[in-house]
Amino acid sequence: MQQVAPAPLRRDPAPSRAAYRMHRLWLTPVFRALLRVGMPAFVLTMGFGLYLADDARRGALGDKVAAMTRSVQERPEFMVTLMAVDGASEPLAAAIRNLVQVEFPVSSFALDLEAMRAAVETIDAVKSADLRIRAGGILQVDVTERDPAMVWRSAQGLFLLDETGHRIAGLTVRDARPDLALIAGEGAEAAVPEALALMAAAAPVAGRIRGLVRMGERRWDLVLDREQRILLPEDEPVAALERVMALDQAEDILERDLMVVDMRNPQRPTLRLAGDALARLRGEDPEPATPVSGRMSSALAGN
Amino acid sequence: MTDLYQSQRAMRNMRRAAMQRGVIAILDVGTSKIACLVLRFDGPERFREDGLGSMAGQSSFRVIGAATTRSRGVRFGEIDAMQETERAIRTAVQAAQKMANVRVDHVIACLSGARPRSYGLAGDIEIAAQQVTEQDVARVLAACDVPDYGSEREVLHAQPVNFALDHRSGLADPRGQNGHRLACDMHLLTVETTALQNLLYCIKRCDLELAGLASSAYVAGISSLVEDEQELGAACIDMGGGATGLSIFIKKHMIYADAVRMGGDHVTSDIAKGLQVPMATAERIKTFYGGVMATGMDDREMIEIGGDSGDWERDRRKVSRAELIGIMRPRVEEILEEVRARLDAAGFDSLPSQQIVLTGGASQIPGLDGLAARILGQNVRLGRPLRVQGLPQAATGAAFASSVGLCLFAAHPQDEWWDFEIPAERYPARSLKRAVKWFRDNW
Repeated sequence: MQQVAPAPLRRDPAPSRAAYRMHRLWLTPVFRALLRVGMPAFVLTMGFGLYLADDARRGALGDKVAAMTRSVQERPEFMVTLMAVDGASEPLAAAIRNLVQVEFPVSSFALDLEAMRAAVETIDAVKSADLRIRAGGILQVDVTERDPAMVWRSAQGLFLLDETGHRIAGLTVRDARPDLALIAGEGAEAAVPEALALMAAAAPVAGRIRGLVRMGERRWDLVLDREQRILLPEDEPVAALERVMALDQAEDILERDLMVVDMRNPQRPTLRLAGDALARLRGEDPEPATPVSGRMSSALAGN
Repeated sequence: MTDLYQSQRAMRNMRRAAMQRGVIAILDVGTSKIACLVLRFDGPERFREDGLGSMAGQSSFRVIGAATTRSRGVRFGEIDAMQETERAIRTAVQAAQKMANVRVDHVIACLSGARPRSYGLAGDIEIAAQQVTEQDVARVLAACDVPDYGSEREVLHAQPVNFALDHRSGLADPRGQNGHRLACDMHLLTVETTALQNLLYCIKRCDLELAGLASSAYVAGISSLVEDEQELGAACIDMGGGATGLSIFIKKHMIYADAVRMGGDHVTSDIAKGLQVPMATAERIKTFYGGVMATGMDDREMIEIGGDSGDWERDRRKVSRAELIGIMRPRVEEILEEVRARLDAAGFDSLPSQQIVLTGGASQIPGLDGLAARILGQNVRLGRPLRVQGLPQAATGAAFASSVGLCLFAAHPQDEWWDFEIPAERYPARSLKRAVKWFRDNW
């Protein structure tokens, strides 16, 4: 009798030569890296490159991306509808609104807050500005204004200065801000902190002060009414002025008929009397004398 | 001879390249199993905290892949069917690579059969300078008169065993010592060329580079003899499947190696013939119930042999264990007596210490040590290979003695003849190397 079915062949456990070689190849580190990293990278790059090789597809892809970006950016959550300016006076707020020209509503992605802040801070009267998008689609502009501390009379006219000497705004008449001290002279705006210290030191004669004049861009003259002047040294003018104030308190020298208190040399304070006072001191008849510092005081008296 | 010298040198260079790469495979092609271990060398030997290193330097490497497969196409430790053996080697190498997860290019192999034959060589030279230099060692090695071992044989090992300087003998390393006359004893082991070439061809077919070759009797001796035994004199008997190798060591050098072309497979075939069962069943019965010393208990212990004759209903034969032992014992005795004859021929009984260590897969037969003590002498013990790092538990048995020995051989090969430079006078007259040397010396 014949065998019905052939005996099943026992599977050979040995790998074939090809399988053995493949296995060894697969265990080769370089090949493995190539296959696991290089190949997918190549396929991806190639596929992407082939897809983008066509102009129309590239354009379509760009459009699609742009549309998608726009649709996200123009969601109502991201829209800014109005601008609120806080901390600024009415004319300043108007100036800021004028400067920051934004067509509302606008997406918050389209607003360059940093550039807008820089623009707002170019306004003289603005010390610092803080722009942010508030909830509810409001462009919040928080402004810190500069506080005027001085009136500066320059060749271009009258200006308000803050305590650092930064120009704030123009001024038409001096009397608009009688509460602020007046400084004049070339380079006066660069030494405003010193001027403020001097004004504080001159508080005892505050009612008589007409202003401070910067002389030769290096030192101050304190000009009082009756054309009296206190010439202050370049170094430590406040101390010198305090000495004068102490003298005035003790001897009332500023009430007397003198033109100039010269403190420029601290070792040798000098007084210059008015012409008739000098004559009277010498026992002569008083003669009308030409005011010594008339030219200087005219700098303050202008306008 | 020069050809062999060159090829052995090339293998040494290959081994160095493999060391640099840090991964090397060892391949033990045996009759019953083919084992492949993948070793990773981690650079210089790491010492333990107590400052002691391992004796044989086996801590410088780690086994990261191990695979064993049933050997096919190998008889008496020689390749019989190339295709089959090649497939088996591929199976083992692939599995070991898979476990190690690295690709292995260099392999150190050993073979157990191929009729090894030992020769003792002696040579002496006069030393020109007073001090012995490396060049002198090379010259004395070259001066050994090589016996005519036949054109069909190839040198597998050529190890300088002993150096003598003037009247002082037993020098391990004569370099730098003063003397006039340097003599050396060399141990030469030759094997049949055809068996070697078959193995080389199989390894080449597996895309592997051969980085070393060793006799399995030698490497089994390295792994299973302890240091004292190697020093004082001992014989290692590696009882494999198809061949039983024996190697004699003294002063840490192998001085004799031989193989008996009988092994465990013959025991199995005896069982298969005697009990009329298939070889696979016979192997199973041998490993489960085998033994060589019968006791009264064994007469009562019945073994179901379950002959696969297709008549399961009727074929329920049983044998007693005593019968099984009666089949196994004569063959084992025959093997041991043959070993005894070889040892006697080698003059083993004149060694100071006559320790005999039985190892290899067939040494696991219960009661073998008692039987061996009767035949070989009283100093018999069963040996297991040294422990090496990372070796799986399944591969720590006596059957893996030569695999583990090959690992040690790969890590620290003994100096052989080809590890020394060719003596200068052996160069061709107008050698380029000589010109280069002249330039280097004179410029």
